[in-house]
Amino acid sequence: MEFLDVLTSSVNTFIPALGQTVRLAIVVLIVATVLGVIFGLFTVSNIKVLELISKIYIGIIRGTPLLVQTFIIYYGLAQSLRPLGFQWKDIGGPFTAGIVALSLNAGAYMAEIVRGGIEAVDVGQMEAARSLGLSYGKAMQKIILPQAFFTMLPAIINQFIITLKDTSLISIIGIRELTQNGKILTSNAVAKSMPIWLVVAFYYLVICTLLSQIAKIVERKVSHRGK
Amino acid sequence: MENKNIADRPVKIFVKNLNKCFGELEVLKDMSVEVHEGEVVCLIGPSGSGKSTFLRCLNRLEAANGGTITVDGQNITDKKININKVRENIGMVFQHFNLFSNLNILNNITLAPVELKLMSKEEARKKAMELLERVGLADKADAYPAQLSGGQKQRCAIARSLAMSPDVMLFDEPTSALDPEMVGEVLDVMKVLAKEGMTMIIVTHEMGFAREVADRIIFMDGGYIVEEGTPDEIFNHAKEARTISFLNKVL
Repeated sequence: MEFLDVLTSSVNTFIPALGQTVRLAIVVLIVATVLGVIFGLFTVSNIKVLELISKIYIGIIRGTPLLVQTFIIYYGLAQSLRPLGFQWKDIGGPFTAGIVALSLNAGAYMAEIVRGGIEAVDVGQMEAARSLGLSYGKAMQKIILPQAFFTMLPAIINQFIITLKDTSLISIIGIRELTQNGKILTSNAVAKSMPIWLVVAFYYLVICTLLSQIAKIVERKVSHRGK
Repeated sequence: MENKNIADRPVKIFVKNLNKCFGELEVLKDMSVEVHEGEVVCLIGPSGSGKSTFLRCLNRLEAANGGTITVDGQNITDKKININKVRENIGMVFQHFNLFSNLNILNNITLAPVELKLMSKEEARKKAMELLERVGLADKADAYPAQLSGGQKQRCAIARSLAMSPDVMLFDEPTSALDPEMVGEVLDVMKVLAKEGMTMIIVTHEMGFAREVADRIIFMDGGYIVEEGTPDEIFNHAKEARTISFLNKVL
């Protein structure tokens, strides 16, 4: 079978490409989660300036395609910041640019998930914490966020999987991750287009399945207390 | 407790010309109340009369729109005061308990004293167990709120407030969300507190309880204090027509 032939014969190029995809995804998911928590907290802060900042950020990201965002960050930013001596290749090249673009993108969606999770917690929980003398921050940290986390978990996992697959779009700026590797292989062997893309899809399927399985275990571990 | 002594005791809470609006709606109109140390005040009145809002203004869960609220000599309507510090001394018990659902019963009680560095973990644990013993829930220390009945939850919520050793306790309809057979166990805990001399302000629909434990009853309607007095004055010799018609409906 051609698929198996390609799978075995292309291992030497796909393994580093897979590594690149996984590295990209891990860094992006961490940065995006941090951004998501920060901007999610901004949205529910009742401080007008912070609310506005996060509204604008989320609005822009959700209203424009990831591919265009990537171009703006990789090509656009490089051009307009060149007079200041900025070059992507000084700070890791397209890989760093890809991380910035994807993190900003996923961060906005994570912020909405965090906001939704916090708003789903009964207001009485905050009132009880505050009436004991705890500060807003302490109440968030000890009571609201841990409870919000349970409700957010399925949505977070979903976003993780979406972001993992979105790394394929970053191939466009020349990072040799799974999709880019597929492109390079097919350009050398046009006749093998189908088996090569099936192999690419296969690798994505494996890591996404792995991620959902890990997520399921985590979900089971943390949700034993019920509501 | 002897009623005649109460007026001589220091004033604990002093509310003057309190106003509170929700948008266009004026919920509290020019309310003035004094509560003395060790006094038990029950607020009664129809739904929407502003009882709960008044109570929530006393620890600034609701910000007043006008007037002053003085607790222990501190004006809590002043934006500059540290409200968290004030709240440490004012316990609050809610209609829907509001136990922290992510923490077990013991941690529900020890969280605030430990986080606010009033006690070490060990001291807080010891005090929590004493309090749980007192409200009859010592065997539930490791349970989560979801595993408790309504009455147990509310007794635990009272213990949680008491762990901060407050000078004043506010109760916002503490038995209204309970099954009838669980009301008694919560009221019993409150009666003991009242006997021990805790300053208490209680919003309640339990008229029998109010008559038994209150030093003073305040009847509110439409954001005003319509009438106030001793339980005997209100329940047996009410003067205002609105008080009489309300009591006729609920007694």
